[in-house]
Order: sequence, then structure tokens, then C-alpha cells
Amino acid sequence: MSTGNDNAKNVIELRGVRTQFDDVVIHDNLDLDVHKGEILGVVGGSGAGKSVLMRAIIGLKRPSAGTVKVFGHNFYEADDEARLSVERRWGVLFQGGALFSSLTVAQNIMAPVREHLHIEGALARDMAALKISMVGLPAEAGAKYPSELSGGMKKRAGLARALALDPELVFLDEPTAGLDPIGAAKFDDLIVNLKESLGLTVFMVTHDLDTLHAACDRVAVLAEHHVIACGPLDEVRRTDHPWVHEYFSGPRGRAALSAKAG
Amino acid sequence: MADSAAYFDIDIDDGVMKMVAAGDWRARFLKQVDPRLRDFADDTMGRELIIDMTGVERLDTAGAMVLQRTLRACGDRTRISRVVGASAAHEALMEQVKDHLAPCHVTPFHPNAFGAMLERLGKGVAETYIAATQLLSFIGEALAATWRVFTRPSHFRWTSTVHHMEEAGLNAIPIVGLMSFLIGAVVAFMGAKILSLFNAEIFVVELVGISVLREFGVLLTAILIAGRSGSAFTAQIGSMKIREEIDAMRVLGLDPMEVLVLPRVFALVLMLPAIAFIAGILGLVGGALVAAFAMDISIALFLSRFGETIPLTHFWAGLIKAPFFAFVIAIIGCFQGMEVEGSAESLGQRTTLSVVQALFLVIVIDAFFALFYLEIDF
Repeated sequence: MSTGNDNAKNVIELRGVRTQFDDVVIHDNLDLDVHKGEILGVVGGSGAGKSVLMRAIIGLKRPSAGTVKVFGHNFYEADDEARLSVERRWGVLFQGGALFSSLTVAQNIMAPVREHLHIEGALARDMAALKISMVGLPAEAGAKYPSELSGGMKKRAGLARALALDPELVFLDEPTAGLDPIGAAKFDDLIVNLKESLGLTVFMVTHDLDTLHAACDRVAVLAEHHVIACGPLDEVRRTDHPWVHEYFSGPRGRAALSAKAG
Repeated sequence: MADSAAYFDIDIDDGVMKMVAAGDWRARFLKQVDPRLRDFADDTMGRELIIDMTGVERLDTAGAMVLQRTLRACGDRTRISRVVGASAAHEALMEQVKDHLAPCHVTPFHPNAFGAMLERLGKGVAETYIAATQLLSFIGEALAATWRVFTRPSHFRWTSTVHHMEEAGLNAIPIVGLMSFLIGAVVAFMGAKILSLFNAEIFVVELVGISVLREFGVLLTAILIAGRSGSAFTAQIGSMKIREEIDAMRVLGLDPMEVLVLPRVFALVLMLPAIAFIAGILGLVGGALVAAFAMDISIALFLSRFGETIPLTHFWAGLIKAPFFAFVIAIIGCFQGMEVEGSAESLGQRTTLSVVQALFLVIVIDAFFALFYLEIDF
């Protein structure tokens, strides 16, 4: 594996990425690094291509140009085995949870455990129970089907499944959207907690200013087809760009900031 | 990797039990060690335990969970039981999982097998009754909506109706026509064999004419349309239901009955007789061709005999049934679509049910018509 290099500082490395749907260009010449052990928040206006960027990294949307490296592997060029080994090391939380609707929550979490680690029975059940409890779901939720859960519970269940294999890298697509503020704050805490205790690297697409303050080590701003600013929040906020300015200095941005200061 | 997999030893040190854990305690290596840990915890229930984690190289939440679980099982309340020698990161992990050890249910609770069977039986009976009343009320709603549309024709969705006429009707003609042609030919072939025993080949005209016109043409059409369009109706409406589109319609003041159900019902009621007509003709063509090529009954002879012996009543007897079949197929397709709940699995079940019920009712109605015609000598 000549391309693989686990000790690299960057878990994700995007260089010159271009994605497009037919002739609508979403990203052009986009560079982005995600460092090991950090929580990177990706922000941008609706339609700026945040989710598409995530899909490009996790292998669901092939870029038309540029390279995507995850754990040092060029994902789109790698052979099946290398891909699988990368896929086992990440977990993905989709926006709506994307739980398998014919399985209960516990079975959803056990699915990757069974598939990749070949663990069944009591140990798999215990692992599912642990993840269910860790994401803050009550034990009864394990036996419920996704259609019986509220939106917030689906998110938590989706996170539990994303964490099933103790991944090193977690992708979260708007994890706090649709949660009440208390639930969202708990979710932020949970992610920071997990990051610290498990050494996770987190790639988080978010709109939530509070989450940026509470959880993210660095923030990347997506606009005009590429990353216009990337760095610690304080640095990014000072970037001279109308969108950045409006985003952080609008009423919500100020409120979130003053809440943090106070 | 084998030598680095998770393992543990038990020491008794100064009267206190000590478990020395070492190796790689990540989920993928726990399969072998987990049953032994469980046995150990069962055997030593309630005694103090010190877990020495100095030798643990790697740890994840699953590993921390099994260690913490063992500690908990072995007298967690005493002050002696504890973890020693863990690195800071491992200590944090152990803390992280500590409060999350409660087991959870994996599947919904079920009583014992016999009870479950009784429960299913009872549920099945009750649900059949409920489904029947719901279907009747759905039909009632559809009729009421039809009346509303009649009194206010501007509410009728012409575009949608025409779309479904094309989709469910026009596009079905090739397959229905082919099937009917083949069935007509098969009936003629079968008749040819038997009738030739009696030197009565010419009766193949009556055989094909009556069977295709009265039954096969329209019944085959109904069966194919139920499989093709009834299921499509269920899937379309069902997936809209899952994505809350139906709810969105309701709160926007759009009546799903008017917007979704009526166009489909009207489209099918209008198109099925037309397709059945085409199917009937192609069935006759199939029979006539077999008669011409296999039995020396020329097309002209077939036609003149057909004109003499087959009265128009057979044609009407068949065609009258078509709108009834169409109504049942469309109503059941839409009804089952509206009954879809939440999951992809439910959508699949409802689509199956839609086809099965529609076919069943089509055959039942056909039998009723046969009895009815017999009584009135039609």
C-alpha cells in the first residue's frame, strides 16, 4: 500500500476537487485538510454544496477533477480491499438518520458489527446497548422501529450506528438540525466527549452557530465553489468576505457569540 | 495479530482477586475473550476485584464496556474494586462507558410462542374486519368525492386523469393484446384436438368466440392491469405517504381523494373497457389464425360462422364487467397506498396486498356476474 500513510497529520486531504451535476458546477478547485483528532465544522449558505462535499469524501459522488484522500488513500482510485478498510474506519450520520426501516434501532446498530466484526449474540447486544445509552437514548428505544421514533431520536440512533465500529473518523450531516436547544447542546457535548475519549476526528456539516462555538476546533466556510476561509473560529470570523461577515455578525451570530462570552 | 489479541489472567494477591488484562481490547478481538469474561463474572459474583490494565495496548468502547461490566458484576459497590494501571486515555474511556451498561431490548416484546400465535390469529381476524370496514368507508369517501366533483366540475383533475389514462391504459395495450392473442390461439388449439374427434371442427368458432368475448378478454385484461397498474398506484401513493406529501396536501386544503384517487379511478374505469375491447378482438384474431392454419377453416368461413352463431349479447356480457373490475382495481390500489405507514417494508407489504386483494375481488365479481347472467339468461 504505497499510498497509505496512517501517521499523516491529515485524515482527509482534498486537492483541486471539482464536482458538478451535468454542467452545474458545485465545487471548483477546492482544497481542504482535516487534521487528526479535530472537529471541523463546515458552514455555508444553503446550496453551497456542504452535503455534496461530504458525499464526495465518503465516496458517493465522484469528483470530476482533483483528488480525495482519506487516511492517505486516494479513495476513488483504491482497490476494493483498500476501500473496505477505509470504510470500516469511518462512520456516517446522514441528515435524516438513514436508518434501515425494516430493522429495530438495536438491529440497525448490530448490522455493521455483525457484517464487519462477525460478532453476534450477547456481545453484539451489549455493544448495541452501550451505543444506544451513550448517544442518550433510553434502553426501550432499542426495540423500536425507526418509524416509531421522533426526528431527534432518529438522529441519535443514526449516530449510534455511525459509532458502532468505534470509527476514527465520523461524518455528521447537520447533526443538531431539528433538535430542541437542550437536545442540541447535549449532542454537542456528546460529540466533544466522544472526540476526547475516543480520539475521533469529526467532519461536521452544520448551520448551527452554537455548535460551531461549543464543539468545533476549526471552521471551514464554503462559498463561491470553494473554501474561502478555514481555521479557528475567531480567525475565520475576521475574514473579509461579505457572506462570512453577515453569517457571524447577523443577529443569530451575535447572540451565539455573546452567549459564549457570557 | 494473534499474540496481541485481548487476554486476561487472574491472580489472588493479599486475599484480593486481581485480573490482569493485556493485549488489544478492541471490538474485533473480543469475540473469544467475552464468553470467558462472562463465565468469570458469573463465578465470582459479588467479590472484590481489581483490574490491572497496565498491559492493555489498545482499547475502544466495546473493550471498555466488557471490562467495566465485569467490574460491575464483581461487587462494584465496595471501595476495593477498581481499575489500576490504565493510561489516561483508557481511564477516560472507562469513565465514558461506565454509566451506559444497562442492557436494551433488541426486538419488541413477544409472549411465548403459543401466546404469540394466538395473538397473531386474533389480530388477523380483527384486522380483516377493520380492513373491510375501512375499505368500505374509503369507497364511500371516493363516491362522495365523485359527487363533489360532479357538482363542481372545475375541481376535476383533467391533466392528471389523462396522464393516468396513458400510463395505466395506453401503455398496457401491447402486453395485454399479446397475451390475449396467445390465449385465443391456445383455446382454438385445444378445441381443435377435441372437436376433431367428433368431426365438429367448425364449432371452434363458438368456442373461441364465446370464451374470449364473455370471459378471457376482459378477465385477462383485468388481471394484467391489477398487476401492472394497481401495484403502481399503491407504490406511488404509498411513497408519497411515507414522505408526508399526503399530509402536506391535506394542510394545504387539497383533498387527496380529488387529487390522487379520483383521477386514477376515472382513468382506469374509462380505459379498462377500451383495452378489454382490443384484447377481445386480438383474442378472436388468434383463434381465427389457428383455425385457418391448423384446421382448414378459412378466415372468411370463420367470420361468416361467427356472424351467424355469436349474438352481440356475448360481447356486451363481457364488456359490462370491465368498469366494475377497473373500479375495484383502482380503489384497492389507492386504498392500500393510503394505508402505507413509515417503513419501506410496509410499502412492500401493501403493494403485495393490493395486487392479491384486487385479483381476488376481480375473480369474485366475475363469479357473481356469471351467476347473475345465468339467472337472467343473458
